[in-house]
Amino acid sequence: MQIQPILAALRRHKAGTILIALQIALTLAIVCNALFIINQRLSHLSEQSGVDEPNLFVIRNMWGEQYSTQQAVQHIEEDVAALRQVPGVQDVSAVNNYPFGPSTWDNFITMKPDQLSPTTDASFYTGDENFVRTLGLKLIAGRDFRADEIQDKGLRDSIVPAVAIISKAMADKLYPNGDALGKTFYAMTSSPITIVGIVDVLHRQDVSSWSASYLGESMITPIRIAMPWGLTYVVRAKPGQLEEAMHAAPKALFAENRMRMIDPKDGLLSFAEVRHRAFEKDRGMAILMGIICVVLLAITGAGIVGLTSFWVGQRRRQIGVRRALGATHRDILHYFMTENLLISLGGVAIGVLLTFGLNLWLVTRFTLNLLPVTYVLAGIVILLLLGQGAVLAPALRASRVPPIEATRPA
Amino acid sequence: MESMLAYYLRLGVRSLRRNPVLTVLMVLAIGVGVAASMTTYAVFRAVSANPLPDKSAQLFAPLIDVWGPQERGNGDDIPDAFTYTDAMALMRDRKAARQTAIYPLNHTLIPADVSREPFYVTGYAAYADFFPMFETPFVYGGGWNREQDDARAAVVVISSQLNQQLFGGANSVGRSVRLDDHDYRIVGVMADWNPRPRFYDVNNSGGFNDPPDFILPFTQAVDTHTDTAGNNNCYGSAGRDPGWDGWLRSNCVWVSLWVELPDSAAVQAYRDYLQGYGAEQNRAGRFHWPPNAQLFDLTQWLQHEKVVPPETRMSLLLSLGFLLVCLVNTVGLLLAKFMRRAGEIGVRRALGASRREIWTQYLAEAAMVGVAGGVVGLLLTGVGMLSIGLVFDPEIARMTHMSVGLIGLTLLCALVATVVAAFYPTWRAAHVQPAWQLKSQ
Repeated sequence: MQIQPILAALRRHKAGTILIALQIALTLAIVCNALFIINQRLSHLSEQSGVDEPNLFVIRNMWGEQYSTQQAVQHIEEDVAALRQVPGVQDVSAVNNYPFGPSTWDNFITMKPDQLSPTTDASFYTGDENFVRTLGLKLIAGRDFRADEIQDKGLRDSIVPAVAIISKAMADKLYPNGDALGKTFYAMTSSPITIVGIVDVLHRQDVSSWSASYLGESMITPIRIAMPWGLTYVVRAKPGQLEEAMHAAPKALFAENRMRMIDPKDGLLSFAEVRHRAFEKDRGMAILMGIICVVLLAITGAGIVGLTSFWVGQRRRQIGVRRALGATHRDILHYFMTENLLISLGGVAIGVLLTFGLNLWLVTRFTLNLLPVTYVLAGIVILLLLGQGAVLAPALRASRVPPIEATRPA
Repeated sequence: MESMLAYYLRLGVRSLRRNPVLTVLMVLAIGVGVAASMTTYAVFRAVSANPLPDKSAQLFAPLIDVWGPQERGNGDDIPDAFTYTDAMALMRDRKAARQTAIYPLNHTLIPADVSREPFYVTGYAAYADFFPMFETPFVYGGGWNREQDDARAAVVVISSQLNQQLFGGANSVGRSVRLDDHDYRIVGVMADWNPRPRFYDVNNSGGFNDPPDFILPFTQAVDTHTDTAGNNNCYGSAGRDPGWDGWLRSNCVWVSLWVELPDSAAVQAYRDYLQGYGAEQNRAGRFHWPPNAQLFDLTQWLQHEKVVPPETRMSLLLSLGFLLVCLVNTVGLLLAKFMRRAGEIGVRRALGASRREIWTQYLAEAAMVGVAGGVVGLLLTGVGMLSIGLVFDPEIARMTHMSVGLIGLTLLCALVATVVAAFYPTWRAAHVQPAWQLKSQ
């Protein structure tokens, strides 16, 4: 196929050619960046929590009256005992929060007490001796908390825990040589905290972008929160009995003590719901970007069909002449396919520049990452295929123009 | 002229009918592009609105550097709240026309009627100036006064919604409510009032929550040891003294401060005062760094706190890009459509039609595509508004709704976009050389 005559013909349709190329360029820029955003958002959705998700649920319990620390401790113990009696419940832990939870508690971590800029930032969990077991965390080194290590923390008490269990991600950050067990660190505390155990994975409480560089860095302290207003219970159901346990647990609590509130909206959640809510924004963004991509590609494809059809209509006589001079169906088909390929190539060339331009802008404004080249390559392939697909129908119609057209007036 | 326009519109309809597929394609492209832009714009407008337009230039949020430069690793901001110590010092000095310290509270409301279950309420601790500063409207009663601040009075202002729930909407001023284990006398019932974004709490929340149920005196909340329901950020490893008083004396920041400064002289004076306060703390040995005070007006504060979620900006931006592609598409299709009729234009021009008339005729045709695109866009915007909840926070989704303004804007946007897109194709049509066209026939 000779390219020279196609280029000569295109020069006579400058405006149309430029418009299609421009449209392809803009589409490439938007689709590549949108696909990248989708991928980044979806990768959040698969972040590991480290907990036994299918069997867990949480109860956010608010007391109906303000309790002193001693009263709160007593009520928590009664609650835990009541929950353990519920058929289908395997374990219960009184906690401050859970992975992907509604609020966040995190502390700066330093290696020395007087260190001014922190080594890292850890999500701060408080839990009793049942925490690791209830959440189903995998202890890969050291030991679990002993019951006699648990301290009760009332309103604004400042309690410095002596020991902590930390996640592997945090252990690796503090002691990259893998010898964290038995060593110490400071979590905005005046005295050191000794690492007595390491769990494989425990996600942070938050899923915000500011903490992305501290992903998976969490610590558990042997503290039982006994605040005047309430606390959260994490409950682990026996396999396959989540629904029954979730149904029965609040009833058992109310039967035991009526003076409490469990919010109907978000007081009782299965862990699946917790995860769903935490990543709602990410999922929404991925859906929106997905819709934009699909519709944009459809419109660009339709635009190419429309403009090429017009060109075919305009050139019926020339096509007829070529056919009369011996050009085959296949020659005509190839002519239009090649023409589109040339325009598309021009479009993607401009598009690659626009893509990286848009990406750089998004990087500076929205802390998006730099676009990997694979996305651009994928985008180019998609758009070239789209162009070829869109041009096929009008090109086939062109190839069926009979030679007799040569004799008809335009 | 008028009859000519009608004639051109008739011609346009006929021409558009001749290529229904092309016409539908153009109308759909315009409609989809406009709808995507309008939906995301409605969300953007809702979250970036000025919550108090007539007062925003006089309301300021001060900040001082309480932790020193060493805390800020790489160009981070200074803490966006006050320690109790500094907030109280600034409140005592009363250097602004009005001022209030604020922090969010959660309480359990125990209904007087024992047969009703206790329920959870959220509100704020604030000073008497809160109400006149933020122009809070009341249905019954009003705020409390400065003397009651000083007297640590157990008074409360409740929302109309809570008033409805507890008293069936009747005037409840003088009656009392029980929050946890304290009784509060109601002094005022607010009218429906929920400025969004909730500028005075954006350092604690997203800023688009339901209205607060109650507001009570800051001094009273501190007296009853009511913990903050918002952020509490601390720095350093020195630890702190135990208990509530230890926390009040600590370097933890959890109090918001707002001041009203009526003119630029007052603003400058307050800036100097803040700087002077920092210098004084430095001399006193409390801050070991040069004073660093900042003063944001309401709109600057909303920007500083990044109230508009990045998702909102990003989706508006990509939707506009999307509209641009739709327009380029329309330019191409209109060009094809108009130039196909080059012969017809040539005949008309040869018969004496001016370029101006060709312009009118073709822009009229494009305008019809625009209007049809606008109608499709309107329908799709309606669908978009219903599905905002899929993409954005439910709180934000609830704020966006179809308004007359938005309907007008959608139609206008579609019309203007299409006519702009039609300029180049029409220019080409008007410059068709009659002689050349006639010769080729």
